[in-house]
Amino acid sequence: METKHSSYSDEGLLQAAEYVEKPESQLKLMWETLRQNKAAVVGLIIIGLLVLIALAVWLSELMGKQILPYDPNFSDMSKGFIWPNAEHWFGTDQLGRDVFSRILDGTKISLSVGVAAVAISLSVGVVLGATAGYRGGKTDAAIMRLMDMMLAIPSILLAIAFMAALGKGLDKAIIAIGLVSIPEYARIVRGSILSVKENDYVHAAKIIGNKTSRIIYKHILPNVISVIVVRATLGISSAVLDTAALGFLGLGVQPPFAEWGDMLGRARGFIFSAPYTLIFPGIAITITVLAFNLLGDGLRDALDPKSRIK
Amino acid sequence: MLKYIIKRILMLIPVLIGVSIIVFLIMRVFSPDPAPIVLGQHATLQAVAAWRQANGLNDPIPLQYVHYLQGALTGNLGMSYYTKTPVVKEIFSRFPATIELACVSIVLASVFGILIGVISAVKKNTIFDNSGMFLALIGVSMPIFWLGILLIILFSGTLHWLPSNGRINPLLEPSHVTGFYLVDSLISGNLDSFVDAVRHLILPSCALAMYSMAIITRMTRSSMLDTLQQDFIRTARAKGVSEGKVIRKHALRNGLIPIITVIGLQLGSLLGGAVLTETVFSWPGIGAYTVTCILNSDFPVVQGVVLLVAAIFVFMNLIVDVIYAFLDPRIKYSKKEV
Amino acid sequence: MLLEVKNLSTEFKLKRGIVKAVDDISFTIDKGEILAIVGESGSGKSVTSLSIMGLLQKPGRIASGEILYKSQDLNKLSQKEMQKLRGNQISMIFQEPMTSLNPVWRIKDQIMESIMTHMKLSKKEALKRTIEMLDIVGIPSAAQRANDYPHQMSGGMRQRVMTAMALACEPELLIADEPTTALDVTIQAQILELLFRMREKFNMAVLLITHDLGVVSEAADRVIVMYCGKIVEEADVRSLFAHPLHPYTVGLLQSIPQIDDDCDTRLYMIKGMVPNPLNMPPGCSFSDRCDHSMERCTKEMPELQEIDGHKVRCFLYEEAKEGGLDRK
Repeated sequence: METKHSSYSDEGLLQAAEYVEKPESQLKLMWETLRQNKAAVVGLIIIGLLVLIALAVWLSELMGKQILPYDPNFSDMSKGFIWPNAEHWFGTDQLGRDVFSRILDGTKISLSVGVAAVAISLSVGVVLGATAGYRGGKTDAAIMRLMDMMLAIPSILLAIAFMAALGKGLDKAIIAIGLVSIPEYARIVRGSILSVKENDYVHAAKIIGNKTSRIIYKHILPNVISVIVVRATLGISSAVLDTAALGFLGLGVQPPFAEWGDMLGRARGFIFSAPYTLIFPGIAITITVLAFNLLGDGLRDALDPKSRIK
Repeated sequence: MLKYIIKRILMLIPVLIGVSIIVFLIMRVFSPDPAPIVLGQHATLQAVAAWRQANGLNDPIPLQYVHYLQGALTGNLGMSYYTKTPVVKEIFSRFPATIELACVSIVLASVFGILIGVISAVKKNTIFDNSGMFLALIGVSMPIFWLGILLIILFSGTLHWLPSNGRINPLLEPSHVTGFYLVDSLISGNLDSFVDAVRHLILPSCALAMYSMAIITRMTRSSMLDTLQQDFIRTARAKGVSEGKVIRKHALRNGLIPIITVIGLQLGSLLGGAVLTETVFSWPGIGAYTVTCILNSDFPVVQGVVLLVAAIFVFMNLIVDVIYAFLDPRIKYSKKEV
Repeated sequence: MLLEVKNLSTEFKLKRGIVKAVDDISFTIDKGEILAIVGESGSGKSVTSLSIMGLLQKPGRIASGEILYKSQDLNKLSQKEMQKLRGNQISMIFQEPMTSLNPVWRIKDQIMESIMTHMKLSKKEALKRTIEMLDIVGIPSAAQRANDYPHQMSGGMRQRVMTAMALACEPELLIADEPTTALDVTIQAQILELLFRMREKFNMAVLLITHDLGVVSEAADRVIVMYCGKIVEEADVRSLFAHPLHPYTVGLLQSIPQIDDDCDTRLYMIKGMVPNPLNMPPGCSFSDRCDHSMERCTKEMPELQEIDGHKVRCFLYEEAKEGGLDRK
């Protein structure tokens, strides 16, 4: 355990300088710090745009209207392999479908799979971790052994193995990707609970007579939530990558749905003849993942008490 | 120290068993019935029943597992449903290709990752640092297979500098000793072979290394920044040691220790990423092969591959932990207290 | 005069403003003298020592003033030139012996590094000297323990090792920044005694930084009291304890519990809090906590006055030639 010497200066000095603001709540301070992080804000804006696009496409589909320039699934063989031009901004693919429309359409899937997969990992992981941390003893040992074993297998392989068993399809992909990340969240939650359980102030609270649940609420929860929020944000970005990977391999979404990884996978043969069919879906994936990474990094920095002293 | 190693090795065993159970459960229990796949849709019920009997699929699950485990320990991982050859043979014929690719990638990722990370930390908030971190961020956000494709488009398609698939020009294949072309070509003194093997390795290893390199860069920078804030760095400066020496001898020696663990973890990521890279570059390794087997529902092979890769990963992490303990005297000499 | 600090000001450029950690201080240290700087956290005492050593990190910087060591202004030296002095002629030991030593290097290597950086000795000779130093500072079985790693030693021993390391090249000035704060009282006594022996042996001057008046009374020849970056009182140790002049010093001395106090005597505390360095009130920085503050105190900053070798910064002594406040 090492102590850090804060900027080699009189610690008291900088601490005193901190007196200036007493924020209403921890959240407010977090938001302030985050807002100052330009990169994180950019990420947030991009995510906002993506969510808007996804919602717009989804809602319009529900209502039977078409807001995309072209029907993403409508294939017109006579219009195959048109290079990007004024009519088809990203060109058309091998089946004559407008690439731009397909990419916008694919936003729905990527975002929803990302969020759904993380939701699965989170819920199961948190419950397992909380049980392990709180019960301790044999329950703890058993659950953690299971988590260790899952972590022993590289995640993509594990996801692929799950897919091999469950079969192809979007819903199976969500489950596979979701299952793979459970150990991370379990560990985080368990770790937080354990570290706080032994803290003196928890003992003190118990002595004063606070109920167990209250202790969890007041002391453990705030700590855990912030770490989980960061992890989940970054988890969405890796879920999007994994979805694309599975799609690329042909294990994910099934046609005719537009999914970026799948689009890349099917266009492989045209790598030299029509490279644009490969470039744009990749850019879409990268931007989406980048946005969540920026936000996640920003959140992590905002939650780190050290970086708030500026 | 020795006790530590032995303890860790003993801890390996239940993990490996656990992994094998998980893999087994996924592939045997949760998978669809393989009989119709192997025998075809129109197989007769009798044929199906006979096949299931012959393959031990009617036994209770735990018994099946025991048989499987026995087989695995003696080097028998079953037969491929398709090629009817032993899984072990299928895997090991393709293994060297993947290992070679993975090794080159991890070296690339580690060397450049650490280099850029350290310099970024020392030159914090300069252009070097900011652009380095930006590139790392992009590297972490890009899908590996897409990067591979981009590299092919640029270097093979437009510039025609490098080949886009395979391991080597079949005419230049070196005589087989280890199965690693880089090694074999040098052993047999075949320089053309060596050069060609290298040319084929460049693009796929760069693509595969990118993600890990980005992560290693970020973690190295973070660890070095942390280390440079430590009290003992201030003490070293107070002794009048030059800044260069402070960084090289004090900061690095401490800051790089956690990076060893990061590199170990990246191995797992690489092994997974190899699946994608091999597919893009038509690299004849087990990654691409596994995908084919999955699409064909050739479960024994998939099972064998996952088990093997997991075992390697677990083992490599053990080695990493031992190296870590070796480098950090607080662990190495933890028994000897005042 | 070994060290002369003249009008030193050190500031920190924070996002929220500039903090003047050290505000126009001046003092001298003679050869072989032990000068103590006393103050609470945030008074600027540690920053002073770091400024002298040139170890300030961003966002800190020396804004103005001179630091004359043997008539050479340290502030004007290049990093390379400073490195020649550090560890060699001016050494420093720090507060946290637990973390101030490199955890992955052996003790002997850390001390040898100091020796080989500044003295032209072979490795063998350096090792010999290292073991000698460890012996001098009182490490038992020095030759064996030299091979240990820091985590294999107790806090007191690590502080001795730090001291050995700092003294290995026989510096003329040792800056000790709260050397005993992290240690318990018995070890504290041993470390102070060690410093005395070193001073005897090498005729070394010591700049002792502490918040502990007990340490000051035992170890120092002269004392400087700092508050909010300024020197508020300076005197030889006897005079300071016998006739403290500045209300802050009086408060500090009153805060020390007496052994003959009644059991139910309340501990004395100076009322109020240290002001926010970003938002210092006008006038004397201590005025809002002072029992004797006058209207003038909230408007003007008093100058440092000298009365019979005893310096004080307080309007109470503007006209007076003598006198102080009686200790209650």
